[in-house]
Order: sequence, then structure tokens, then C-alpha cells
Amino acid sequence: MLHVSPQSTSAAIAKGEVLLNVENVSLRFGGVKAISDVSFDIRKGEVRAIIGPNGAGKTSMLNCINGFYFPQEGHITYKGVRRQKVRPHEAASSGIARTFQNVALFKGMSTLDNIMTGRLLKMKRGFLWQCLHWGPAQAEEIAHRETVERVIDFLEIQAIRKTPVGRLPYGLQKRVELGRALAAEPELLLLDEPMAGMNLEEKEDMCRFILDVNQQFGTTIALIEHDMGVVMDLSDRVVVLEYGRKIADGTPDVVKADQKVIDAYLGVAH
Amino acid sequence: MSAVTSTAPKPMLSPAMMATVKVLGVFGAIALAIVLLVQSGAMPKGSIGHKVLAAPFIDMWDLPDLLVQTLWEGLVAGVLYALIALGFVLIFKASGVFNFAQGIMVVFSALTLVGSYEIMTQRMGLPTGVAVAILALIVAVATMFVLAWLVERIVLRPLVNQNEIIMLMATVGLTYFLIGFGEYVFGGNPKVMITAELGLPTGNTQFNILGGRVNIQHLDVAAAVIASVMIAGLAFFFQYTRIGRALRAVADSHKAALSVGISLNQIWVIVWFTAGIVALVTGIMWGARSDVSFALEIIALKALPVLILGGFTSVPGAIVGGLIIGIGEKMGEGYWGPLLGGGIETWLAYVIALGFLLFRPQGLFGEKIIERI
Amino acid sequence: MFYRETGQFKTNYADDMAIFPIRQDRIGLALILAFAFLVVPFVTSDFTLKTIMLPFLALSVAVIGLNILTGYTGLISLGSAGFMGVGAYACYKLTTIFPEVNILIWIFVSGFFAAAVGVFFGLPSLRIKGLYLAVATLAAQFFLQWAFVRIPWLFNYNPSGAIEVPLRTLFGVPITGPTASLEVKYLICLCFVVGMTWLASNLVHGRIGRSWMAVRDMDIAAELMGIKLLNAKLMAFAVSSFYCGVSGALFVFLYLGGAEAGTEFAIRLSFLILFAVIIGGAGSMIGSFLGAGFIVALPTILKFGLPAIGIAITGATAEKIVLMIIGALTIYLLIVEPHGLARIWQIMKQKLRVWPFPY
Repeated sequence: MLHVSPQSTSAAIAKGEVLLNVENVSLRFGGVKAISDVSFDIRKGEVRAIIGPNGAGKTSMLNCINGFYFPQEGHITYKGVRRQKVRPHEAASSGIARTFQNVALFKGMSTLDNIMTGRLLKMKRGFLWQCLHWGPAQAEEIAHRETVERVIDFLEIQAIRKTPVGRLPYGLQKRVELGRALAAEPELLLLDEPMAGMNLEEKEDMCRFILDVNQQFGTTIALIEHDMGVVMDLSDRVVVLEYGRKIADGTPDVVKADQKVIDAYLGVAH
Repeated sequence: MSAVTSTAPKPMLSPAMMATVKVLGVFGAIALAIVLLVQSGAMPKGSIGHKVLAAPFIDMWDLPDLLVQTLWEGLVAGVLYALIALGFVLIFKASGVFNFAQGIMVVFSALTLVGSYEIMTQRMGLPTGVAVAILALIVAVATMFVLAWLVERIVLRPLVNQNEIIMLMATVGLTYFLIGFGEYVFGGNPKVMITAELGLPTGNTQFNILGGRVNIQHLDVAAAVIASVMIAGLAFFFQYTRIGRALRAVADSHKAALSVGISLNQIWVIVWFTAGIVALVTGIMWGARSDVSFALEIIALKALPVLILGGFTSVPGAIVGGLIIGIGEKMGEGYWGPLLGGGIETWLAYVIALGFLLFRPQGLFGEKIIERI
Repeated sequence: MFYRETGQFKTNYADDMAIFPIRQDRIGLALILAFAFLVVPFVTSDFTLKTIMLPFLALSVAVIGLNILTGYTGLISLGSAGFMGVGAYACYKLTTIFPEVNILIWIFVSGFFAAAVGVFFGLPSLRIKGLYLAVATLAAQFFLQWAFVRIPWLFNYNPSGAIEVPLRTLFGVPITGPTASLEVKYLICLCFVVGMTWLASNLVHGRIGRSWMAVRDMDIAAELMGIKLLNAKLMAFAVSSFYCGVSGALFVFLYLGGAEAGTEFAIRLSFLILFAVIIGGAGSMIGSFLGAGFIVALPTILKFGLPAIGIAITGATAEKIVLMIIGALTIYLLIVEPHGLARIWQIMKQKLRVWPFPY
């Protein structure tokens, strides 16, 4: 349904190979250590879950991956390029898109405009053409509108196309946010608690979208989620963080049986 | 998010002190570099470099009495800036509102004081003197209370929980309303502050020090003393009284304060009233140094760079920021102003603040901002 | 009943994305333009042209400029009057140095000077935001105001410190200076306003406008979407100051006919433009015109309209009342309708759409 544009596919990484590798990353805020010495990898085409109790450093981990925070130690290798410091817009243009824990939509804009912002990086016409809004600039705008309409169809949000997102209910806002990330045609999609605060029905819809994105477009997904049922069903592999450290890594079944994970979630008898 | 509960080892110096040490170090290095440049002859007398970097300091060294005089004037101006900034900080801490109108409240309160004194003595035939001056003072205090109450009722209450930019705009609107209202009621002519009637000292003393004369207005001394007393009083009020504690609670979280039964509305009236009193005191001091009129508006805006320096929530920040701006401005005007044709006082404060901001976006005493998403 | 979009189906994206998608709006706009170009200059009195139309047109360009910065990008500027001054003085210098080049070109070019100054003072916007930035722009305002007084080169060493607009012609017709007719000045102003509004409206509806609004609504998310914050913010500063600069040049060359150093472009004008943005509606092109119209018309109505209906009011009193009304109205609108007059206009249109039914 969504065509993958040439610049975001790199044939170098085939399905199943390592797309993103996190090596010994540590992140501190002043004296507080948010992440200490965490390593894991994300393979092309998989759904990778990052779970852990509140405050385990999951969101900080995503922030490191897309350049919002700079880890003090360690490296992140993305598509074979090892990077020390990456700026958020560089991460975005290299094909990493994300959604946020607390909905971070542009509240003053309509659903359509919000999703159109996902195409900003792919729009190339310069300032003068934009001023005239005519000829190539208009053609470009229309071409991207078509892509955005496909995203809108895919997420079944046609009816709210022109509604300002500030007025939408929470579940729909989350869906629009996913749409905005999808419009960027990412290779790696970071989802920060996509199902937080949703009811069962909305969760089921969201699960379906995530699986469809993964299977139809081959998008690699890193997912933070607290609903264990969802995590175990959706994900191919799971990494578990606690107090900024990695305590387990593996398939859902392995992780479920891990004693440290059980302790982290249920507490340990002393 | 990252609520890891490990405490950092306490650094030897607080961050603010570290910053001060760093700044002093940089200044020292620059000074040394200038001395070396001048001594080595790389910067001959009369060159632009010499005029900007060396001549002002040589002047300071040669005429220490002038330096002391300039510093003293800067200090007094700084105290007054700090007082305006203090009013801002009070309101910002308690309600998260950046009260742009604080500067105008200074002028407005002073105008109310002088204007009501004028009306009482000239139109109602009361005798001039201390008694009527105090009566006028009471009127001015009452006006500030009414203003605080009205602002809470009409502006703050309907706008509660709006974002800060909207609140700022509302106080800018309030500023214009107060200017129009003040001029409408009391007329636009500059008025003379009733300094003597209020029992404030008016004379001046000249000191012979450092081979010259330094002229110190008694009023300025009084201003500095009153400002210190008032700041100490406010600090005590906030630290040790019931209302002070409630106020700090509101500053931390409106919702939590509401949930333990603190009345937001009452707190806001109190805070705005306190800010009004601070404004009145500032207005008296300032009005005594020049005339009372809305031309002071421009000067009142100078409290804004002070806030930038000190941070919006820090009382010590307001004081230190006020002193830096006041002294920096007078020194700049006195020693470097002539190079640019004078009058640089109008913008120097803002440029100083901007310079600081570029290196410390959180202000002198603010904590480092960690952005979260 | 008459204002319905029923039956107007859009069959392609270009139509759907048009700035005026409803046919009646397009007709209305055409009527307004025809009226402004063909009727107003011939029926309006010189007094109205001079005291209302010219300042309204000149200021509306600045209000659009500030709206781009504040309404669309979310950056507050208190230095608009300073940037207007840059445009006015740049135009003055350019036309005295190169008198043979047409003044209209210089009015346009002076916007670029203002844009350059605006970008310079916008540089701190990357590191500081919100209230801090608002204060930083005051530095621009006061510095520029100082420069207009203290740098005599800017006003050609005129001993009075003022600039006097020289006579300039277009096809032999005087367009600036004391002998130019008001109608000509009005038409030139109108052309500038229409052209620049069209450009601005294209900008804010396209890629650049969208990235501005993204920065306004949530800058962190915008950054993570791949928008370069510095570029977006500086471009907003540049475009905004460009508009302010052209507005300043129009203001002095076509409306005032001369300017005294430092008094025309003072902080009060900056605030007035900001009020116009709030009252008219932040983030709305129509709002810019409503706001500009309001702040220009209000003093005139109070000063000349009230005495005409028998209410005695002196000019000085009227000015004070204007301040009070503008201040109070700003607060009132922030409370009841933060999107200003433009939103009220929209609600009216919405009501009209379904009239005579309530919904």
C-alpha cells in the first residue's frame, strides 16, 4: 500500500540482519544514572519490545536512539554506521520515526496537516516556489497529499481528516500520531507506549495496525509497552530493563520464564 | 521516567559559586591579556583597541573617586531594578504568571500616592504635611489592594491553567489598561514625589576620599536600607508564616495545594497585593529620584533583563541580577558610552542579559533544564 | 441560505487544498478586491484615506509579519517597530544614494535589510524560548531605536534628526513626497498589501508554514520529526522582519511622509502591533487585517466620531481611552476567544452556512 521511497531503503541490510545495535550505552543526568551499560540489537523486520517497571529508562533509551539525548558512554550503530552524537533531525532523515508516551501532536493543526508534517523531510521545493505555491511546489504538495491519504485510509481515520487534533479523543490522537510517524515511511519505527490509556477495543485496533505495518511494509518496530499480553503477542524479541540496567533479553517465552524478570515485576521476598 | 534514586556526591561548591569562580577566572585572563597587549606595545594609545580595552580601565585607575561615584550610582539603580524584579518573582513563583505589568504597577502606585495627595491638599483643602501624606499612603495601599483583588477576579480566575504566553499577553494588556487609566485619572503631566512629606531624608553628603569628592544622596542610602529591610521581611514572611508556607506550596503545584485545602484565589490576592506594596515602595524611591510619570515605563522595562539574569523564580537572583545590570549599565555608559556617542544606557542592560543568556540559558541561579518528552 | 457549499464537490487534491475552497468565499474576495481598487479611491474622502486607509494598509503588512512569527511560529517579538524602522531607514538611504532606481523597488528591497537585522537578533531564539526570547527582542527594539537617533549617517546628517521623504515618480506620476496625491499612494500601498498577503498566505499553507506551526505547537516533537529548529525559527524571523521592514518603508514613504528619529518606531508601536495580532487572531491572515483595522480605526473613531455625534471628547482624553480599551479588550479576548476576531468571523460564517437552521 505504501510505496517505500528509494532513499529510505538500503539494500545493504536484509531482513533478519542487525539494523540497530546499542553497545554499552550509559546516560546520566547530573548525578542520576538513567541508563547504565545497556547493550542490545534490533534486527531488520522484527518487532522488538523494550519493557520494564516505571523509571527503568525505557523512554530514555528511545531518546538516545533518535538523538534527543546523547549518551555519555557507549555507541549506537545504525545501518552499519556507528555514531557518537546524532542530531534528532539527522536521525529522522536516516529513517527513524517515533511516537510519544504523552501524545505529542501539533495541537493547533488538523489531522491532515499533522500527518503532512511527516512528509516534510521528503518535500524539497525551495522557498521561492513555496511563496508562489504554484507549478512544481503545488505538484509536490499534491503528490505527498496522495501518500498521506493512503496512510489515512490505512488507519481508517478518513472522517477526522480536517478536524483539529486538539479536539479528538485520546485513542484517535494516538492513532493520528502513528499516522504521522508512518507518513515519514520510516525504516525503524519507535513506539513509546502506543496503547497506554486505551480501552480493549482501541488496543485491538492498534495491535492490528502495528502488525500490519510490520508485515505489509516490512518496517522494523521497537516498542515500549506495559500491557504484557500485548507485548508477548506482538513482539519477536523482548529486552527487559530495570533501574537502567538490562536484566533479560530474548524471545517472549524465555523472558517470561526468567527469574530476574519475575522478581522485577513481582518483587523479591527478603 | 528516570526516577533513579541515587544521590549525587555533594560537590564542594554550589553550581552558582562554581559559575562565579569560572566567570572571575575568565575576566582575570582577559585583564591579563589586555595588560600584556598594552605593555608590549601591540595596542598603541589612541588605537581603537586601546580606546575600548585599555583607556576606560586607565581612567578608572586614575580617577578612583569618579569610579566610586559611578559604582555607587549603579548600586542604587541596581537596588531599584532588583525591587521591581522582586515583584515579578513573587508573582511568578506563586502563580506562574509572568507579570509584565509589574513595572507599570510601580508607576501607577507612585502616581496614586502623589495624585491623591495633590487632590487632598489642593481640591479638598487639607493642610500639607506628614499627616495628609500618610493618608495618601493609605489610599495608595488600598488602591493596590483593590487592584490585586480585581486582577485576581477579572484576569487570573478566568485564565487559570492557560499557558504562560497567554498569561503574559494578558498582563501586557493590563499594562496598557493601567497606563491609560492612570493618565486618565491623574493626568499625563509629570509629578513631583512627596519625599519630604513622607519623612524621607533629602539632603546629600560629600565625602573626601581617594583624592576626590564622592557625593551621596541621603535618599539613596535610605532606599538601600529600606530595600534590604523589605527583602529580609519578605524572606521571613515566606519562610515562617502560615501564608508563606501555603504560598510556597502553591508555587510548587497548584493542584496539590488545592487538594490540601489552600485557597488559590486568596493566595493570589495576597501575592498580587504584596507585589503591589513592593511596587509602591519602589515607586516612592524612584519617584524621589526623578519625576513621577509614565515616562518611567521605559525604565520599568529594565527589570526584564534583570529577571533574565536572575531567573524568574529566584529572589537572590533578582537581587544579584539587579546589581549586575545597575552597575554594568552605569559603568558602560560612563566609560564606554562616549565611544558610541552616548545614550547606550537604553539598550546596554538588554545586551548584557542577552550575552549571559547565550551562555547560561537558565539564568544565573536557574537549574540546568533537562527537556523531557 | 446563500452561503452554502452544497453541490460543490472537489474531485482533485488541488481543489481540496485551495486556500478558499468555497466558491462564495472566492466571489466575496474578488468583490472586496474590486471595491478596494476601483471604488474606494474615488469615493473616499481625503481625510479617511489619510487617517485610516493608509496607516491601515501600511500597518497590516507589519501585523502579518508579526503574525508569522508569533501566531504561526509561536515566537514572541517585542521588536517589530524596530524592524519597521530598519526598513524605513534602509529605504531612505537607498533612494538618496541611488535616486534613479524606482522607489517601489527600494521599498521592496528595504525588506531584505530588515530581514538581515531580524535574523541577527533572532539567533538567540535557538537557545532561549518563550518569555526569555520576548525579553531578548526588547534588546533589538531599544538598540535599533538608539541607532536611529545616534547614527547621523542614517538620516543624512539632517540637523533636525528627521528623515524627509523626497519626491519620486512612476511613469511621471509623483508617488512619494509632498506632491503625490493620496489616491496614488493608496493604490500603491494596496498593491503591496495584496501581493504580500498572497505570498504570505502561500507560505503558511505549504511546507514551510507547516513546519512553523509544528515548531509552535511542540518544538521537541517537531525536531524529532526532522525539522531543523534553527532553520525554521530563523526563517520565521527573516520573513517576519522582511514584512515589518516593507511595512516600515510604506509607513514612512506613503503614509507619514517623514519621520522623526526614534519617535515613530518606539516600543509603543511594537506593542500596538502585538495587540493587533492578539485582537485580530494569532495564526490567521484575515485576523491580521481585522486587528490592524481595529487598532487604526479605534483612535480615529474616538477622536472624530464621538464629537460628531455630540459627545465632547478631547484628543488627549481619547488617546488615554484608546489605551484603556485596547488593554481591556486584549484581556477580554484572551479570556473568551483566544483566537481573536478571526475566530468570531469564522463562527459567523459557520452560522451563516446552516442559516436559517441552528445546526
